[in-house]
Formats: sequence, C-alpha cells, structure tokens
Amino acid sequence: MTLFTKFLGATAALALSAGAALADPAIIFDLGGKFDKSFNESAFNGANRWAEETGGKFAEVELQSDAQREQALRRFAESGANPIVMAGFSFATPLGDIAADYPDTKFVIIDAVVDAPNVKSVVFNEEQGSYLVGMLAAMASKTGTVSFVGGMDIPLIRKFACGYAEGAKAVNPDINVIANMTGTTPAAWNDPVKGTELTLAQKSQGSDVVFQAAGGTGVGVLQAAADNEMLGIGVDANQNYMHPGQILTSMLKRVDIAVYDAFIAGDAVEPGVASLGVAEDGVGYAMDENNKDLVTAEMQAKVEEAKASMADGSITVHDYMSDESCPALTF
Amino acid sequence: MDLLTLLQLLDSTVRLATPLLLACLAGLFSERAGIFDIGLEGKMLAAAFLSAAIAYTTGNVWLGLLAGIGASLLLSAIHGVASITFRGNQLISGVAINFLAAGLTVVIAQSWFGQGGRTPQLAGAARFNPITLPFADSLREVPVIGPIYYELISGHTILVYVALLIVPLSWWVLYSTRFGLRLRAVGENPAAVDTAGVSVVGLRFAAVMICGVLCGLAGAYLATALQAGFTKDMSAGRGYIALAALIFAKWKPWPCLWATMLFGFLQALALRPDLIERTLGFNVQTQLLDALPYILTVVILAGFVGKAIPPRAGGEPYVKER
Repeated sequence: MTLFTKFLGATAALALSAGAALADPAIIFDLGGKFDKSFNESAFNGANRWAEETGGKFAEVELQSDAQREQALRRFAESGANPIVMAGFSFATPLGDIAADYPDTKFVIIDAVVDAPNVKSVVFNEEQGSYLVGMLAAMASKTGTVSFVGGMDIPLIRKFACGYAEGAKAVNPDINVIANMTGTTPAAWNDPVKGTELTLAQKSQGSDVVFQAAGGTGVGVLQAAADNEMLGIGVDANQNYMHPGQILTSMLKRVDIAVYDAFIAGDAVEPGVASLGVAEDGVGYAMDENNKDLVTAEMQAKVEEAKASMADGSITVHDYMSDESCPALTF
Repeated sequence: MDLLTLLQLLDSTVRLATPLLLACLAGLFSERAGIFDIGLEGKMLAAAFLSAAIAYTTGNVWLGLLAGIGASLLLSAIHGVASITFRGNQLISGVAINFLAAGLTVVIAQSWFGQGGRTPQLAGAARFNPITLPFADSLREVPVIGPIYYELISGHTILVYVALLIVPLSWWVLYSTRFGLRLRAVGENPAAVDTAGVSVVGLRFAAVMICGVLCGLAGAYLATALQAGFTKDMSAGRGYIALAALIFAKWKPWPCLWATMLFGFLQALALRPDLIERTLGFNVQTQLLDALPYILTVVILAGFVGKAIPPRAGGEPYVKER
C-alpha cells in the first residue's frame, strides 16, 4: 500500500513539473546523455548558464533510444515549451516530420538543417576549428605525419577530417595525413578498443599527433596516444584534462553558446540557418594549464593569425559537406 | 611488406583476438553442454564495467578482475536459472541479459561516477600493464627470432597469456577428463547421462558457470588491459563475433583459437588500408574486410567448407520423462 502511495505521489509530482514547464524553453539531449563530457554536456552548460543568469527554468529530457525522439518533441510542444532546442543531427528527420504540426512553437536544431518556417538550424563551421588544430598538429609533429580517427563514416565527420588535413598542409605542404574511420554503423561511436588499435596502426605508419572526432571511441584514441608517446587532440568540449601534458589541444565546438543564445531569444528565435564559425567564436581550439607547455607562443601566434584571416575572409576552408569532396585528403 | 610491419599487424591481431578467444571458449563450454548463450556480449559488458569500477575504487586490478568475473557469474546464474531450472527459452534469456547489461552498466556508472556512463581513467596498478618476457631485450638484436620474440610474443598483458593457456586446458578438460566427457554427452543426449545417474542440471550449471568465468576474463581484458576504463557499449558486438567464431570452429577448442585469430587478423587488416593497397596494388573497401568474418561464417554454415554440426541437444531444455 505504501509503495502504491509513493507511486501515486511520484506521478503527481511528474504531472506538476510538466505543468510548470509552460512557456519555458526546453532542451532535448541526444543519446550520449547530458554528462557525456562532450557535445551534450556542452549544451547542458549553455542551458544552465541561461538559468543562472536569468533565474528562469527550463524543461529537459535525456533520450534513451532513437524511438523517443518524435515522442519527446511532441510532448514538449504540446506542453507549451518554447523554444525547443535539440542537440544532435539525428533530430533532423523527426523534426522535419512534426514541425508543421506546431506552427506557433519555435524549434532550434543544432548540427543539422531543417527547412521549415518555425525552425532555426544552427550549424558549426567545424572545418575552421579543425583547420586550426590541424595547423597545431603539423607544427607539433616531429615525424612529418599526423593522423585522424573518425567515428562513424558520415559527411559531418569527413568535414572534420578535411579541415584538419587542410590546416596541416597549410603549415607543411609535404606533411602526410592519415585518416581512418572506425566504422559505418552507430556502434562506431562506442568502440574504444578499435580506436586504440587504429591509433597504434597510425603510429606504426609514422604518425605522432592524432586528432579524434569519434565520441566514446575517442577515449580509446586519446588513451593510446598517451600510452605510446603520441599527442592526442580532443574534440567538441575541452578534453585537455583527460591526459594532462599529452593532449596537444582540443577542437572546441561551442554548443553552449548556441543553446544560450536560443534560450535568451526565447520565442523570438529567428528561423533560418545560422552558421557559427571562428568569427562568431562558435569553433576554436582550447588552451589551458594542461597543454600550456605543448603549445609554444610562436605556434599560438601562427594559429591566431590564421584565425583572424578566417574571420575577415582572407582564408576560406573547404567545407566537405558543400560538395562531398576534399581537396586535401582522399578517403 | 617488411617483417616489422607484419609483426605489428600480428601484434594487433593478438590484442584484438584475445577477447574473442575468451568469449568463444566461454560459448564453447556452454553450448557443448546444450545451453545456447547469446548473452556473451552482455556478460562481457557487465564484467568490463564492474572490473573497471572496482579497479578504480580499490586501485587494485586483481580485485577488479575478481569483481568482473563476479558480475559475469551473476548474469550466468540468471541465464542458468531461467534456461535450466525453469526451462525457459535460452535465446530469449540471452537477449534479456544483453539488454540488461547494456542498460544497467550505464545507469550504475552514471550514479557512481557521474561521468556520463563512463568510469574514470585507470592508471598504474589499477590496470593490467604489458609484461616484458625474460630475455626480450637482450634477444632483440638477434635476426628474425629477436624481433618476433620482442614485438609479437613479449609485451602483452598477462590476460593474453592466460587466454592462450586456456585453449589447451579446455581441450584437455573436454576430451580427457570424465567431467568433459559427461559435459559433451549432456549436450548431445542428456537422457543418456541422466540414465547413467549423473545430474544433468548440475553439469549444465557447471558449464554455464565456466562460461561466466571466461566471459568475465574477456570483459576485464577489454576494460582494464586494452583500455583504461569502461565506456558505454564498449564490447561493440564482440560477443556476437565470438559466436560466429564458435560456429566457424565447429565447437572445438583448438579451431576456436584459429578461428578467433583469423577474425582478429581480418579486423587488424581492416585497420591498415594502406598496407592492403601497397601489397595488392588496389584498394579494398574496409567495410568488406569488416564483413568478412560473417561472410565466412555463412559460407561454413551453408556447408561449403565441411559441415558445422551443433551439439544435438543444444537449445532444448531437458525434461525428465514423467
């Protein structure tokens, strides 16, 4: 009986909290979960910053399976949350399906483009951030070979690889860039063992700096780099702390800024496509006390120079997704 | 391809094949006793998680290993109770174990460590470190044998050598002991074993428990030897590849070794597209290499290369005549 009452109480509390979400912004995290130390956590930090600065409240949900995407979107839209922010390219299809059903609700999707009158699509110029870490990699490499480990072989990840190769070749035109993808299924995001073996295989081909854009697989890449006297490069969030002194830098993707901006704008979010690049501080590279001995002032000056040239348009980095080809790298 | 590159490739093969070998031998014991086990994957995952979690909290990898084996044994016991005691469907019980492990590991890891379903990084004595075999350094300069000994045979973690020793041990247990004979018999004709006055239930439970110990070793190898910590779903389908290897090996211990080494070699080769291109002169899609183990298994199952005959009583719960 007491257990039953507890359940009743829990249901009531849930119903209450759903009611309180009215007209507040909402955020949906992707399968990695909001404490993934990477993409989703960055989104969560942005939402948190908004809550702390404005004292507002937001509704949130962490998805457990692909099937929940549409359901979560509909539930938030029906409870009146506005805007609804979703982190991850996997939301593109469900959002495309339901956006027209809720014309008064504004949706913000990060990492994908959905063409609908009430959707704002935020994409990042990952190729620019990858270019910057590619430059650092080429400057730090002693062997003249640097490498890249991607997760699932999708255009977005090739975009990272392509920018990285272009940046490395901008510093040293003769540099050898090796790029490997972990796999072609979503399991490729969570195979650290294969990440380690790929890194070792790249090391035996001469690579001494490795950049990973591979989710959980990347943990194995950075571990292998740290265990085998290579330098790793983190991705999305600042991962320098994972192996202090053995991670050259991290390519930052400021998902938190995208979420924060959307929450600040509230239901006045401008529909359309926004791309955040170096000029908007949407992408960049991470410097902190963990890697200050690895990146010399001279290296940093060169990268800052490239950053300024990108912002004023005198350097353009090729975007793989614009034409599905890469001048600096063959896949 | 020069010797050093070949050795690096084989070195990678050994590392990739070891978890497959342990899981394959685990499946061998279970299936030879007539209990199909597609829960190898889940048991590896649970063992990987608990071994990393305990190794991190105690700082002792051996305690972690024990905890990992314990987690795997617990799931084995569930499988045993469901499929032996209650005569449930073995495949469904196995699937349930896979789901249970995939979900529980992440939830518990999140509540213990709060790092998004990961355990913290292991360092020092909290993980298995490579061991250099005696004379490896002094023999290194000897032509041919030196590099083979130094690069390929020496420098693995202790679990690799344990796994390789378990192969002859399994062969001896299954084919030269009374226990092994009975275990094989219970997978072929449990009624005959029962008539001889030997407990079918006891034998099957023993087999399922041995399977649990071996899966525990495989999981602990993933999280504490190959990697330095647990990440969600890190077994990445290795339990299923091990099952394919078991069919490929026709349910025999020594072929298990060759099958898993072959599968490991194909995986290692898929990581080196540059080598394939240099040796063959043209580019082979890595996806094709990734799929090869499964293609080979289908070929074997279709009966092109000998016949794979599973244990006759496999998958059927034993019901004493009423």
